[in-house]
This record gives sequence, structure tokens and C-alpha cells, in this order.
Amino acid sequence: MDTEILARIQFAFTIAFHYIYPPLSIGLGLIMVIFESLYIRTKNEKYHTLAKFWTKIFALTFGIGVVTGIVMEFEFGTNWATYSRYVGDVFGSALAAEGIFAFALESGFLGVLLFGWNRVKPWVHLVSTMGVFFGSMFSAVWIVIANSWQQTPAGYHVVGEGLNARAEITDFWAMVFNPSSVDRLSHVWLGAFLSGAFLVLSVHAYYLVKGRYVEISKTAFKIALVVATIFSLGQLLTGHHSADGVAINQPAKLAALEGHFEAEAAADMYILGWVNKEEQSVTGIKVPGGLSFLLHQDFETPVTGLNAFPEDERPPQVNAVFQFYHIMVAIGMTLIGLSLLGCFYWWKGKLFETKWLLTAFIFAALLPQIANQAGWFAAEMGRQPWVVYGLLRTSEAFSQAVSANQIMFSLILFFFVYLLLFILFVYLLDKKIKHGPYDETLVDDRPNTQGIMDAIKA
Amino acid sequence: METLFGIDYPTLWFLVVGGLFSGYAILDGFDFGAGAWHLFFKKEENRRIALNAIGPVWDGNEVWLVIGGGALFAGFPVMYATFLSSMYVPFMLFLVFIIFRAIAIEFRGKEPMKWWRQTWDVCYSVSSITLAFLLGVVLGNVIQGIAIGPEYSYEEAGFFEFLNPYALITGVTTLSLFMTHGAIYLLLKTEGRLFAKMKFLLRGGIIFFIISFTVMSIYTLLFIPHLTDDFKETPILFIVPILTFLSVANVPRLANKKKYGQAFAFTSLTISLLLVQVAIEVYPKLLFSTVDPMYDLDIYNSAASDKSLGMMLIMVAIGTPLVLSYTFFVYKTFSGKVQLDETSY
Repeated sequence: MDTEILARIQFAFTIAFHYIYPPLSIGLGLIMVIFESLYIRTKNEKYHTLAKFWTKIFALTFGIGVVTGIVMEFEFGTNWATYSRYVGDVFGSALAAEGIFAFALESGFLGVLLFGWNRVKPWVHLVSTMGVFFGSMFSAVWIVIANSWQQTPAGYHVVGEGLNARAEITDFWAMVFNPSSVDRLSHVWLGAFLSGAFLVLSVHAYYLVKGRYVEISKTAFKIALVVATIFSLGQLLTGHHSADGVAINQPAKLAALEGHFEAEAAADMYILGWVNKEEQSVTGIKVPGGLSFLLHQDFETPVTGLNAFPEDERPPQVNAVFQFYHIMVAIGMTLIGLSLLGCFYWWKGKLFETKWLLTAFIFAALLPQIANQAGWFAAEMGRQPWVVYGLLRTSEAFSQAVSANQIMFSLILFFFVYLLLFILFVYLLDKKIKHGPYDETLVDDRPNTQGIMDAIKA
Repeated sequence: METLFGIDYPTLWFLVVGGLFSGYAILDGFDFGAGAWHLFFKKEENRRIALNAIGPVWDGNEVWLVIGGGALFAGFPVMYATFLSSMYVPFMLFLVFIIFRAIAIEFRGKEPMKWWRQTWDVCYSVSSITLAFLLGVVLGNVIQGIAIGPEYSYEEAGFFEFLNPYALITGVTTLSLFMTHGAIYLLLKTEGRLFAKMKFLLRGGIIFFIISFTVMSIYTLLFIPHLTDDFKETPILFIVPILTFLSVANVPRLANKKKYGQAFAFTSLTISLLLVQVAIEVYPKLLFSTVDPMYDLDIYNSAASDKSLGMMLIMVAIGTPLVLSYTFFVYKTFSGKVQLDETSY
């Protein structure tokens, strides 16, 4: 395999693995803020117990998110040197803002969140939890802005030629509010909230099915169900907005999402399907003219198809883009269905007797994860052959200084280390879940240690 | 070119990046150093105390790496891209060992078996040593220069060019400095027999550092002429190596007087001064080409535009007080020596 494809595989593998964790951290952050606010409002111990329990699981996801995130930052330089030189001027400010305003905020307050339960007043602790939560939300802001700029560049001009060409920033706010950043950010945030809410639903459904920690689990389940319902419905809205945006800004990607080849014709919407790129056809279940209707509220309006673009400006993997996109949409619908079903049984007062539904919720924790991954794969593969849409090709963006053997070497290393990391994650998560929310002996989660400030003063 | 207080933006950003990397070296330096001593402790309890001494802070220390890396990318994208892709293998090893070390710290305490804990202890210590060494190796390559050719190419694409003699020496020196630094940190955190043992080990660490530092200095003077030019032209700069020397000499003196807090401040100062020295030696260059000086990267030909740098300087000006205030709050919240309970690592 050549350097380009290996670099892409390594980036895809490390980012996909990384992206298991930040959405969970953001989503669980929201749930923790809710639990803790309820505790302060009602002084009811059960919310305190829940907040502490979920903080421990949060700590696990956050820790893995940090170490796998370091890898991502360095890979820009190691594997995508030409890209880094090209976008550095634009990206730099977004990345710097991420580091200074977001990452430092969340990491700074993390210590108090995890280990400060008995050291600070409850409201100070809540402020720390919010610091971590908002920090993780801000992180998503800057990262998504940077990625959105790659999809829909704005606020820049290109300087220089050949290897010395680069995009320089001309308007910071135009870069920040580039045409796709708001839609994509809201979609990413909601996806993260759903990851967190469905994990909480899953764990407490497991307790309810097992008949353990029943009272506290009922409370947690109801709260998480409200969150899940609001945001799974909201996701429909942000998803629709995103698709509208893609239609205007990245028509080739939109055409790939639905496997629409004809240059100017009404476009169908598929529920399921398989794209044959050679024959330019899709077999599957479809709503004729559905895509046209979704975009223009009319079944007849033509939509630009793949054939309207030169061969080398179309996403090469049409079927993969199509499949990832449809997996995401199907899961989104399933999550709405599940949440509404849960609400319905809750309204009938039978939620906690309906074993099959609770069992479904246990497994549903995986769905938002799969949807998040599939959505990103559709977004990134749909942008191909560009790394920066319309400006820089992926085939020109990788590091010339790195050989295929070197990447093979690092890819194998990452594979084994991440495998170990994943085993550790599952093992610890399982242990924490089996241990349950109560911990009689636990007073403080960390040893007494002397801070550096004291050390210097001494 | 835009300036602030008469200093141009790339130079200001050079200072920002330098400050972040010395912060990182001081912070992760002591926890890599503490990890390097780990296998010197034989008893399970001592190993747990040593591990828990860095327990609450090691993760936070790595934040500095993320921010430092981000600042380099943002301010000097050309340097970032060229250097990281040329030093591919050491950076990949560094990343893998960072994760591996985190796994070892987390896994170790989860099972009681002796072989289990011994295995993860070895992993933890070996990865701490390797990371300290690799940081030094990377620095050595920056000081010495690498084979950058036309169009940012790297003329020696292979696996182990980064392990040249000078890089090996800087790697060992960095390790010895971090071990000294980490030993003092552990002295601040321990009591009783472990404390007594650490005092003995610290002496070894200091001797190790002085020997490797001397070898490195001689090698630099003899074989790396471009580094001493600045000092020859501006003799006043000799104050920096003199201060470094005094700062190093102060460490054993304070340790003998049992003033470990101050000794820790001086190992920290030594780390910063050594980096200041490197900064003076290379400035305004960032990376020397060993192929031809025309391919050298300096702070001007690898910087982001003035507009971008100006914006980031504003962000730093707003962000720094914020970061400092909550860092202070966090360190103030947690203070006092390691006591183990059932929830420690």
C-alpha cells in the first residue's frame, strides 16, 4: 500500500477510536450537571449519589479522550505535513482558542470535579462540574469549526504557489461562522448528548432488569429519558439543516449521500439501498423524488447529480458514503422511536414493568456511538477527493517526508496499544457498573497530596 | 511587520511557545522522573506511595503538551509540519509510550497478583524512562539540525537517523535531569524509610546529571559551532550558562540543608534555564538544515501571518489570567504527604 492510503487509514483509525470518548464526556457532563443541580435544589441524597457515580464513569471516558486526543493533534504534523502548512494560518487560531479557552478550562476543573467532593462546598463543586462541561462543549466548538472550514472554507485568501501555497486568514469571524459550522456543531453537540443519555439509560435499565438499585435507577432513567427524547427529536432538525447546507455548499457530497448520478433530475430518497458505481444505479427501497422534496418541498425539482462534476471531483467511494449516511439516519430514527416509546410507557405508568423495552435500552447505548461514527465517515468520505473542499486534494496533503514502512510500523503499534486501551476501558467500565452507585467506605477518591504551590512555599 | 512593545509578532510567539514548553518540561519532567525511579523501590507499599505521589497530577501535566503543540502548530505551521514529519518515528514512539504509560498506571492496582503488578511496574518505569529520553532526543535533533532539503523534504527517510550521537547525549542528559527533578518531588511527598532511600537515590541522580551534562556541554562546544556564535557575538549572554551552572550547583546544597521545596524550585529553574539557553542559541532559527543553510527554518519563514499571530496573542492575553486563576484555585484546593487508602492506584 502507498503512503497516502496508509496515512488515511491511520488517521481514520485513530480518530474513530478517539471519537468514542469525547461525545461520552460531553453527554455525561450534561447529565452530571443536571443531577448535581437537582441535588442542590432539592437536597435529596439520591441525586448526590447519582452525580458521584456518573462522575466516576466520566473520569474514565475523559482520561482516554485526553490521551487519544494528543495523538490526533500530533498526527496533523507527522502524517499531513503539506496540509498543516496549507491550513496552519487559518486553523491555528481555532486550535489555539481550543487549547486556551476550552481544554485548559475542562482539565483545570477536572481535579475538583473528581476529587473535590469533600473539599469544597456543593455549589463550588457544581461550578467546577459546569466548568468541565462547558469546557468540553467549547472544545467541540473549535474542533468542529476547524473541520467545517475544511468542508466550506471562508474568511481566507490563498497566498503563494505549489508547495508554498497556503490559506491565510482574512476575516476571523467569517472563518468561525463559515457556512457549515453552526449546522454541524449543533449536530455534533446533540449527537454527544445522545451518547451520554443513552449510556445512562443503558446502565440504569440494566440495574432495573436485574432488580438492583431500583429506586435510584428509576429516577436516573426518567431524567435521561427526557434528555434523550428532546435531543433525538432535535437531531432531526439539525440533521435536516445540515443536509440543506450540504446541498448548497457541497453538492457533490449530497449527491453521493443518496447515490444520485444524473446531472439534472429529480432525486429519490432511499430507506435502504446499494450503489453500483459502474452502472450508476441504486437498488433498494426508495421514496421517488424524496430528496427533491426534502430540499425544495417539491417532488419534481431537479437536484445536481454526480455526473455534473468532473470525474476527479466526485467522491470516489459513493457506496460507502451512501451506506454510512443511511446507517446514521436509520439509527437516528430508531433513537426517536425508542425514546417516544419509553415516554409512552412512562405516561401509561408501565415503563418499569416493560422488561423488553428496558432490555432494548440496555443495548441501545451502542446506537448513538455507531451513528456518530457513521455520520463522520459519511461527512469525511463525502468530502473526498478534497481535504479542503475545492482547494487542496487529499492526495497532495500527506507528508512527503514519511515512508510507507514508517506508517505501517506506527499503524501496527497503534493497533495494539489501542486494543489494550479498549480492553482496559471495557474492563473498568464493567467493574464500575457492577460495583454500582453506592460506596459506603468511600470518602475521598484520592490520596492526600501536597500541591506544587505548597512545595515551593515550604 | 507589526510589532508590540517594539518586538515583532513571530518573536513574541516564539516566547509564548518557549514558555509553554518549559512549563511542560517542568511538570511532566517530575512525573517522568518519578517513574524512572520506580523499579528502585522493592516493597509494594513504597511503589504504591511513589505512584500515588504523581497520581492526581500526571494527567493534568500532559495538558501542557497539548497546548504547547497547539501553539507551535498555530504560530509556526511550517516548522510544526516539517519537523514532526521528519521526526516521524520518535514522535510516534513518544505518542505510543504516553498511552502505554497511562495504561500501566491505571491497570497496575486493579489486580492483587504479584506478577501482575510487577509487569505493569516494569511497563510504567520503562515508558517513563523512554519518554524522558525521547524528549531529549527530539531536543537534540532541534539543536543539531536535521537533513531538510528543498521543498521541506527530509533527506534521510529511514528508521533510526534520529538516534545520532548528539541526540543520544541530550536524551541521556534530559533523563538524568528529570530523574533528579523527580527524586526531589518524591522527597517532598514521602516519609520514613522511603524518604531515607530517596535521599540516597537523589545523590546518584545528581551525579548522573552532572556527568552527562558535562559530556553534553563539551560535545556542543566541540562539534556544534553554530550554537556558540550568538554567545561569542554578545558576551553578556554568557550570564545564562553561568546562571544555569549556579542553579545546578544550588540543588545539592539545598538538598543537604533539607530544603527540598527550594531544591525543587531550583531543578525547575535549571530546566527553564537550559531551554532559555537553547532558545538563545537557535533564535531566530527554529530548525537548522544540515543539507544547506538556505533550507533553514526560522521564525519568519515558518510563521503564520501577522494577522493570525496578532489574534492569537490577544487570545493568550485574555486566556492566561483565566488559566492561572483556576490552576491556582485547583492547587489550593488540594494540599498535604501521600496517604494510601483503598481507592488509591
